Amino acid sequence: MPSSSTPAPTEPLLQIENLGVRLGGRQVLEGLDLSLESGVLCGLIGENGAGKTTLLRSILGLQRIASGTIRLAGGSVGKARDLVGYVPQKIAFDPQLPLRTRDLVELGLSGRHFGLPWRRRRYQAATKAALAAVGAEHFADQRLGRLSGGQQQRAVIAHALVREPRLLLLDEPLANLDFRSTTSLVQLLGTLVREHGLTVLVTAHDMNPLLPVLDRLVYLVGGRAATGTVDEVVRPDVLSGLYGYPVTVLRHHGRFLVLPDAPDGPGEMRHAGTELPPPSPREEA
Amino acid sequence: MFANYMLPTWIAASFLALAAGAIGYFTVIRRSVFAAHALPLSAFPGGAAAVLTGIDPMIGLLGFAFLGVVFVQQSSRLGPKDLAIGLLLSSFLALGALLLSLTGAYAPAVYALLFGEVLGIPHRELLPTAAVSLLVLAVTVLSFRPLLLQSAAADLATICGINRAGMEWLFLGLLAIVTATALPVVGTLLVFTLLVAPAAAAQRLSAHPARAFLISIALAELLVWSAIALSYWSNWPLGFFVGTLGAVLFVVLRGGGLLPSPSGIRARLSRRETSWHHGAGPNSGTRPDG
Ligand SMILES: Nc1ncnc2c1ncn2[C@@H]1O[C@H](COP(=O)(O)OP(=O)(O)OP(=O)(O)O)[C@@H](O)[C@H]1O
Ligand SMILES: [Mg+2]
Repeated sequence: MPSSSTPAPTEPLLQIENLGVRLGGRQVLEGLDLSLESGVLCGLIGENGAGKTTLLRSILGLQRIASGTIRLAGGSVGKARDLVGYVPQKIAFDPQLPLRTRDLVELGLSGRHFGLPWRRRRYQAATKAALAAVGAEHFADQRLGRLSGGQQQRAVIAHALVREPRLLLLDEPLANLDFRSTTSLVQLLGTLVREHGLTVLVTAHDMNPLLPVLDRLVYLVGGRAATGTVDEVVRPDVLSGLYGYPVTVLRHHGRFLVLPDAPDGPGEMRHAGTELPPPSPREEA
Repeated sequence: MFANYMLPTWIAASFLALAAGAIGYFTVIRRSVFAAHALPLSAFPGGAAAVLTGIDPMIGLLGFAFLGVVFVQQSSRLGPKDLAIGLLLSSFLALGALLLSLTGAYAPAVYALLFGEVLGIPHRELLPTAAVSLLVLAVTVLSFRPLLLQSAAADLATICGINRAGMEWLFLGLLAIVTATALPVVGTLLVFTLLVAPAAAAQRLSAHPARAFLISIALAELLVWSAIALSYWSNWPLGFFVGTLGAVLFVVLRGGGLLPSPSGIRARLSRRETSWHHGAGPNSGTRPDG
């Protein structure tokens, strides 16, 4: 299981400077800076198409970057790949696949090794611990493809954790979860950070469910980002600068709602000549 | 049926089934069944060319099978993968037809290439067939874990440091070798069944990856043995039995949906009851309970 590790005191675990990514001739990310120390839970918040997945893929070294640098534990992305666990946005296993939760988790450790596929005691112990960490013991022996979306997600998180990463990237893990599963996953992320010393970067289009555990926030709009604590970022002046037009931040029972400033906001924005779409009203419970 | 002249067939087929069951398992997990259909067809003109030029059929088959691998690998650049492979498949079949017409080979040769031939393995090919099959089996077993992870969840495998393209080449390469080796016995059109039917049925029988792998090999053996025995007794083509028994195997072991389960029957009965109630009378304002 992930154990708390002691990073070099001067070097942040993840350091991104002036990152730019172009996709299909479009600037998807631009001038993005982010620095995360060990033991931080950071939310990456943005609407559909904001560039969240692109940023995670850049950190994983799966996406060619146009400019800037990304450093992991002081090294290049390629060298430090073992430090990173990844839970992709789209996970779908074929219902017929002869693969149980337990097997996927074990493959996190053994998957890259050629040789006779004997069971190793070391793998089995680590697998058991990872299954326990995400609360997946009771479906450990079921076929992955027949699990619910939320259970499959837990299986993939355990698969990522078994490799003892220091940085865990999760792409929209809350997107398909009901209220209870959302709460328990958010709690799980909090535990991983507080008790196991992991650094977690989690994307979401709605920041509200994550608020109880968030240390840091990256708010992405049209490829540009505002970074800081929730109180530093979710403010009318900061977000207005990001959106390029005035927005209001409503706070209600500890939940946020970001809205265009005036009722006729969209009309005014067109006058202002900005290309950015209006922020869609965030869902409020 | 265990007469001397049948012995090479039994031995060759048993080795072939080892390799086919093993690589078929990954064919099904990767959902590469279309590639498993395309490679035999792309190897076919190789067999035809061998008839034409008198070279060793194995060389012709292997050469064209590997050509097929390259095309399958590159096909995704041309557009939707199944579209590209589909066109590839027909063009190779067309080429094979041309080559065969040039040879003026008489019908049984053509027939054997397409549908298989119990006596398709001459004595001198026995050793190469066994060696190649064992090699494929060994490589598959030794790459079991990386292949499994890469086939089941390509994205996750990449993060674990497994080279995606490398695994694809490895898989297709092994598939091409099995295809070329099995083709003279089973026939172009039915290598597909031998690869896919046992593996698909095995998936159904066990959720345990290694167990499903072993079951796939066992079912492949069962399939070729029964096909050879039946072909021997009936004098019908071996391919016919591989094709039909494979389909039967698939339906019986895999198609749980086709065979009604007790709960399924109950559900259907209650549905029928409901519709009967609904159609009961013109004034059916009352709904049946439950
Ligand atoms: N392969 C590609 N070629 C061209 N443009 C792309 C490609 N992949 C993504 N994009 C564009 O890049 C932008 C960012 O995509 P990205 O997937 O990072 O968004 P996201 O924030 O993850 O969105 P979502 O919430 O829908 O997952 C989108 O506008 C998308 O259209
Ligand atoms: Mg995304």
